[in-house]
Amino acid sequence: MKNPKRKKINSVSDLEELRDSIVQSMDTQKTVVRVCSTTGCRAGGAAKIIDTLGEEVAKQGLDDKVEIKKVGCRGFCEKGPLLVLGPKNIFYQKLKPADIPEMVSETLAKGVIVDRLLYEDPDTKEKINYESDIPFFKKQVRNVFGHTGKIDPTSIDDYIAVGGYSALCKALTSMSPEDIINTVSDSGLRGRGGGGFPAGTKWKFSQNVVSDTKYVIANGDEGDPGAFMDRSLMEGDPHSILEGMIIGAYAIGATEGYIYVRAEYPLAVKNLGIAIKKAEEYGFLGENIFGSGFNFNIKIKTGAGAFVCGEETALIGSIMGKRGTPVPRPPFPAISGVWGKPTIINNVKSWTNVVLIIKNGADWFKSLGTEKSKGTTIFSVVGMVKNTGLVEVPMGTTLRDIIFGCARGILDNKELKAVQIGGPAGGCIPKDLIDTPVDFDRLVELGAMMGSGGMVVMNEDTCMVDIARYFLSFTQSESCGKCSPCRIGTKVMLDILDRIRSGHGEEEDLDRLADLAATIRTGSLCGLGQLSPNPVLTTLRYFRSEYEAHIRDKSCPALVCTDLIKYVISEEKCVGCGICRKKCPVGAVSGKNKKIHVIDESICVKCGLCYTKCPSKIGAVDKVTGFRKGR
Amino acid sequence: MQKLIDEAIKPYEGEKGSLIPILQSIQEKCGYISEDAFSVIAQRLKMSEHEIYGVATFYTQFRFTRPADHLIKVCLGTACHVKGNSLNLNNIVNMIGIKEGEVTSDYRLGLETVHCLGACALAPLATIDEEYYGNLSPRKLEKILSKYTKGKAGIKDEESKKKKD
Ligand SMILES: Cc1cc2nc3c(=O)[nH]c(=O)nc-3n(C[C@H](O)[C@H](O)[C@H](O)COP(=O)(O)O)c2cc1C
Ligand code: FES
Repeated sequence: MKNPKRKKINSVSDLEELRDSIVQSMDTQKTVVRVCSTTGCRAGGAAKIIDTLGEEVAKQGLDDKVEIKKVGCRGFCEKGPLLVLGPKNIFYQKLKPADIPEMVSETLAKGVIVDRLLYEDPDTKEKINYESDIPFFKKQVRNVFGHTGKIDPTSIDDYIAVGGYSALCKALTSMSPEDIINTVSDSGLRGRGGGGFPAGTKWKFSQNVVSDTKYVIANGDEGDPGAFMDRSLMEGDPHSILEGMIIGAYAIGATEGYIYVRAEYPLAVKNLGIAIKKAEEYGFLGENIFGSGFNFNIKIKTGAGAFVCGEETALIGSIMGKRGTPVPRPPFPAISGVWGKPTIINNVKSWTNVVLIIKNGADWFKSLGTEKSKGTTIFSVVGMVKNTGLVEVPMGTTLRDIIFGCARGILDNKELKAVQIGGPAGGCIPKDLIDTPVDFDRLVELGAMMGSGGMVVMNEDTCMVDIARYFLSFTQSESCGKCSPCRIGTKVMLDILDRIRSGHGEEEDLDRLADLAATIRTGSLCGLGQLSPNPVLTTLRYFRSEYEAHIRDKSCPALVCTDLIKYVISEEKCVGCGICRKKCPVGAVSGKNKKIHVIDESICVKCGLCYTKCPSKIGAVDKVTGFRKGR
Repeated sequence: MQKLIDEAIKPYEGEKGSLIPILQSIQEKCGYISEDAFSVIAQRLKMSEHEIYGVATFYTQFRFTRPADHLIKVCLGTACHVKGNSLNLNNIVNMIGIKEGEVTSDYRLGLETVHCLGACALAPLATIDEEYYGNLSPRKLEKILSKYTKGKAGIKDEESKKKKD
């Protein structure tokens, strides 16, 4: 839009007029090339691709036929940098700048698909032309991610063109706050930040409190290592989060909002900042929004690197400039939050869901999902799968459909061993349970939880004791230190796990772990402590024999725990090339050129360099079970 | 210094709860939060120094010593852990001769670990300054790090060169 001083949008007709003018000004004759320009693809070099594409389109004289759109994440970051082309969404992946001239001259100029840039199915080796035919996308129902990857997140006009801010308009011009809360309650929306608390119920608490000031907060702290859907949403569709927050604020009578974004997400901060500025310009934020007399403003707060600040009371403390330590509830933030005022805090995905519910109605939302978990949910499927990325599926989809459908199964056709869901507070689910339909309650029954939706797929090469230790070491280091069961208990559990991993575990250790877990669970104030034993408890429940192997046989079946393995050089295979000897950082390998080499176990620090450096066609270095007492 | 801190505080004047953004802004301008900075902030915000110190040390983002020119961050988030990034970390330690949380004596390279950089699909992953390096392998690492050093000896070379200068 060119008009420098923009007229505020005050009514339904204003918004419709604006949308019409935006849609009309869009050149439908142009072929749209959507290039992901957010973190995942940037990491792979998307900026260069975008530059080259622009230059090449100009060079080949296609400026008036092609529109390049910088869009958000399509969730398939593994294949990045990627782009989607034209109305049928031709999907090109793993692009290099050198691929661009051919793509422009063939596909953009002549409409011919460049085969080698297409996605190839890892099993059938079949090349797939269109995005919607790629298995990764086929099983997905992209509602929350409906606009992410399609619109330019820095353009409010793009958002309005696809119907953006019409839910806000509907809410403010035709619904009462009660109507809105009832619709959200009726939809059955449960918070997407992990706990799954019904959003409508929480809002009602706040609405009922009389106060001059109330706050709403979008929680974009996403501290769970291995999950990145909130980043993707904040970077790729920031306006949907704002729109949801404004609707929520109107419903409970709040005048101020905060978006709390994790420090490691600079692009999310940037795109949200642009979105806020634009929304203010258009009058969706500020005073007298849609002529309703309702005023509301949003500020961004960036986190400063503390996982516990994702917890709502800690987050509120952090917003007030304090140490982010959780405080006891009640009073719940809905009654007494920021500066003691009623505060509604919801995850960023929850806010986007609110927009969809207001726009399409509670019944539409309820039509997807299971009895008690409605709508869709987003998992970040990572680890040992063929295709990693973000998948949005209806609640109740089975793990099998996600792992073998969307993610195409286990890397190198190895065996699936377990899936860890829910991050540090979640649990490990063994492979025989992967036909379980996942929703909030089923996951809790299995000892895991939805958490942030991190889903780490593990194969036979993963040691379950090591994984349990990994998550516990995370919570232990992130414990704010306020409650002793959490601060000290997790440390003691960690010491026990370290003992087991180093081959010095005792039979009684397993009972000690269970005992400590129970104490930490009941004696901690916040979810961080209460849920921290989950990874240990679920691995004990489903993989006890692996703990026993470490303790009784001093062996790590997956050959991961360094104190229980050793590296040996096979006499038959070694050709004496000397690579391992030169690479060994501690000089543990000896041998003359062209002669068989040997590793001195007493010096070896088991860094594994020789194992990875030995050329794969020789493969002379082996990893085997081996425990030496007294280390 | 005083001026930079003043600049950092100015936009937040009179705003409640602005200590963290002020600290963030000072760190961005000065690279770290020095002892002097604490006393200046304390005066300006009319808070005690230990209160500010308490807040600052709670958050891992804040640094209290001079950072390196180039910061290597190795991700030890779940996806990166499962894909063996701790091995890459070991290799980096071996190659540049400093441990996690340390800075080379010439302040050229620093090494930190983080829990998830939000690009898990590219695991295992590390960043150097703003650059992301995904799908790391020992081989790839060597190539990347050689841009910043010439192997282990390279750093020593640089150090001795600096001494000579
Ligand atoms: C240790 C801990 C970390 C949390 N981290 C997050 C987070 O990163 N993002 C989030 O939305 N909720 C997080 N939560 C949940 C929040 O406390 C809160 O329940 C949530 O933001 C409410 O929003 P929802 O109802 O929309 O889920 C965390 C909770 C705990 C105990
Ligand atoms: S786990 Fe390394 S980027 Fe997420």
